[in-house]
Amino acid sequence: MQSFQEIIFKLKQYWADRGCIIQEPYDVEVGAGTMCPETFLRVLGPQPYRVAYVQPSRRPADGRYGDNPNRLYKHSQLQVILKPSPDDIMEQYLASLEAIGIDLRQHDIKFEEDNWEAPTLGAWGIGWQVMLDGLEITQFTYFQQCGGIDLDLVPAELTYGLERLTAFLQVKDSVYDIEWAKGFSYGDVRHREELQYSVYNFEMADIPTLWKLFGLHEGEAARLLGAYDPKSPDKRRFPILPAYDHVLKCSNLFNTLDSRGAISVTERVGVIQRVRKLAVGVAQAWLDQQLVQQEVAL
Amino acid sequence: MSLPFLFEIGVEEIPDWMIPDALENLRLLFEKLEIPYESVTLDATPRRLVLRAEGLPARQADSQERVLGPAKSAPAQAVEGFARKQGVKPEDLAIEATPKGEYYSYVRKVPGRLTKDILAAALPGIILQIYFPKTMYWTGKNGPRFIRPIRWIVTVLGEEIVPFELAGVRSGASTSGHRRLGAKEIAVTPADYVARLRDHHVILSAEERRNRIRDGLAGVRVKPDPALLETLVYLTEYPTPIMGSFDPQFLELPEEVLITVMRHHQKYFSVEDAQGKLAPQFVAVMNIDADPEGIVRRGNERVLRARFNDARFFWETDQKKKLADRLPDLAHVTFQAKLGSYRAKTRRMMALVKELGGKTPAVRAARLSKCDLSTELVKEFTELQGVVGGLYARAQGERAEVWQAIYDHYKPESMEDAIPRNLAGRHVSLADKLDTLRGCFRVGMIPTGSRDPFGLRRAAQGVVRILVEGKIAVPLLDLLEGNQQLIAFFEDRVKFYFKEHRGFKYDEVNAAMAAGWSNLVDLEARLVRIQKLRPTPDFEPLAASFKRIRNILVQAGFTGGGAIDQSLLEPGPELELYEEFTKIAGQPIESVISKLRPRVDLFFDKVLVNAPDAGVRQNRLTLLHTLLAEFSTIADFSEIVTNS
Repeated sequence: MQSFQEIIFKLKQYWADRGCIIQEPYDVEVGAGTMCPETFLRVLGPQPYRVAYVQPSRRPADGRYGDNPNRLYKHSQLQVILKPSPDDIMEQYLASLEAIGIDLRQHDIKFEEDNWEAPTLGAWGIGWQVMLDGLEITQFTYFQQCGGIDLDLVPAELTYGLERLTAFLQVKDSVYDIEWAKGFSYGDVRHREELQYSVYNFEMADIPTLWKLFGLHEGEAARLLGAYDPKSPDKRRFPILPAYDHVLKCSNLFNTLDSRGAISVTERVGVIQRVRKLAVGVAQAWLDQQLVQQEVAL
Repeated sequence: MSLPFLFEIGVEEIPDWMIPDALENLRLLFEKLEIPYESVTLDATPRRLVLRAEGLPARQADSQERVLGPAKSAPAQAVEGFARKQGVKPEDLAIEATPKGEYYSYVRKVPGRLTKDILAAALPGIILQIYFPKTMYWTGKNGPRFIRPIRWIVTVLGEEIVPFELAGVRSGASTSGHRRLGAKEIAVTPADYVARLRDHHVILSAEERRNRIRDGLAGVRVKPDPALLETLVYLTEYPTPIMGSFDPQFLELPEEVLITVMRHHQKYFSVEDAQGKLAPQFVAVMNIDADPEGIVRRGNERVLRARFNDARFFWETDQKKKLADRLPDLAHVTFQAKLGSYRAKTRRMMALVKELGGKTPAVRAARLSKCDLSTELVKEFTELQGVVGGLYARAQGERAEVWQAIYDHYKPESMEDAIPRNLAGRHVSLADKLDTLRGCFRVGMIPTGSRDPFGLRRAAQGVVRILVEGKIAVPLLDLLEGNQQLIAFFEDRVKFYFKEHRGFKYDEVNAAMAAGWSNLVDLEARLVRIQKLRPTPDFEPLAASFKRIRNILVQAGFTGGGAIDQSLLEPGPELELYEEFTKIAGQPIESVISKLRPRVDLFFDKVLVNAPDAGVRQNRLTLLHTLLAEFSTIADFSEIVTNS
């Protein structure tokens, strides 16, 4: 039986062999691997890029105190970006499943329409959820827009749900029974975290404090974006990436406040708009900066 | 020479529901080319749109073109020059008389274009013109747009490839088989195409895939589900049904929840036992030929078990907090940004239910109707909103009238769907829909053309159906807050309902509605009466007379008022009409029409309304007006289209 970590190793190796840079998880809380700069920013502009990384994705509202066998506050995605998408991307993807021991001749695979959209990022794409014997194992998306900007090269984004895939391969009914490494179950490694974060997110997170933090991060991101000067000869130095970290903080705080039931009707749409505005601002500034770097390189 | 034509667009998986329309679109675009053919067939799987035609000509028919040259009087040099340009000798030219004089001319033969060339030029445009609700680009910004990336194109006319390139793909004679059971490249001709695909596990015909699924279901008591069947037909290239089972313990959960999980989330058919109760089995349809070791079956069973476990977890968690205790939570659930929360909507609905005449159970149901929006089960299975609330209300001891009202209050969800089963449910459903309509129209969210994001047409249609079919005789117009746009919107819906859904003739609907349509129960009753009256011999002539009366009154600018002065009535047809009228006034038109009609006819035959004496004229107009008003309470008969 392949352990959770062995499956991850194999997938990383598979995509490294196909020209992907293997990144480590981004060190700011995100709701999905797409939000990491390695995806959100790298897909912008005309430069080809290939990257794969495992990203722990936090969704406070999905926490279940470690009681539910299928739901997690934090799950792991393997995020693969191929920019531009190769013509045989489907074949490459299917072969990646074979690489982790899924004999496709014996299984039923379907590509069912599922278009991905992230309003807080001004991002959307066209694609499918990939069903393996009735189980959704991957989200497959051709990105079209990010930060409200049409993409020059259309990247393919593959997002593997690693816990599900592993539970499938290990024939486990509960995610907590997955073997992470020999002698250690997923529950051994992560159960306490699921429990404590559920308690925090649903019961103990201090709402005024979170709002204050939200305001601070929003203010810092906005301050930086406001100071960015596209005409400055020195703009390459400008800290757009740190500004984006603050946007990510806002997004996670928003999700936590939401799970805490602290976002009222009138606030909700407005708050999403505020985060989106910052994300779009970062995308535009980053693209502007990237174009200059190209000119310098020429 | 007559040629077969094979055209296949190879695509990454197209969303199943878009495929039939896309095919129809492709057919129309092909017909527009005006290339003659004997027959055309369209087929599709998720990965290919295919057009096959028989009997195309190799080239279009030759045509002739007349070219006018120099005038007859022109110098010989010019004539020779013209002849040379046409590739003939001067003596081959004809002389033609035109209004401007005589000119040299030549009739040139224009050979018909090769069909292959016409197709090569037109097909790229045809591909890109096929309509899809949402398209993408994939070759880079400003690249072509299609539903999904195009990966191969087959275009063979007779034995030749029709050459073109689109999105970096060169057309050819090589198709692709089933993703896992077929080869990636397969040489085909129009003659062997279908068989070659079959060798590579692609069943091209949707009908054949449908039958293959049906055959696999034979002998199993599957809940009929034509929509799911169509989805699966267009989600597979080689469908094979397999039967799975689940732990009967899950049957403790409501059937509604189990079926939703199977149908919407897993695309499984559910199975019934001999008594029509849900059986612990399901049928999944694979896109592969067989599952000899039961691997796919076991996989699907595990997924379903996990899903059912989730549902059970939600069901049990939700029970810990009663529906009534969830009311305050609704303040955090947005109904619509400009229209506030579901808490506010609930308050408005409760008031509306009372206004509609709802009793205590209806008000109670309205109060609890939206509380399921904060339950885990509805967050997971949004399509079960209402139903879940009803089930929880039942489990929490609410009386039948109340829980059924909550359960049904989104009904009717389509023209075919039933209206809520009890009066309380009808009141709650009406209140919900009317509140949405009033709110949306108030803040300007009004449907335009095909855009109706809030489903307001369906909501209004639901209101009409509940009022009519539920026999709720409330004045609809009083409920529309005097919003003229909303009134006009409802007028359209009422017309649509009685014409399209109930089959009344358009002029009958217009006539009946012209006499008022606020009370839809009354409107329906009047329509039924008109429908019965219409075939009777006196009806159409009388309707024609009423139209005449209306025209006379309009022309005279007469708007009524005043009483009939009997002393001014002329003995004979006028007085007789009046006397008949006084006898029958107040009686239903059905019982008097045969007496009234000859009197009216005679009146118009013999009496001049526009009498020279102003008093007499006024009195006659008053008589006609009174008559019209008396019988226009059922309908404005002048709206009836008559042959006479």
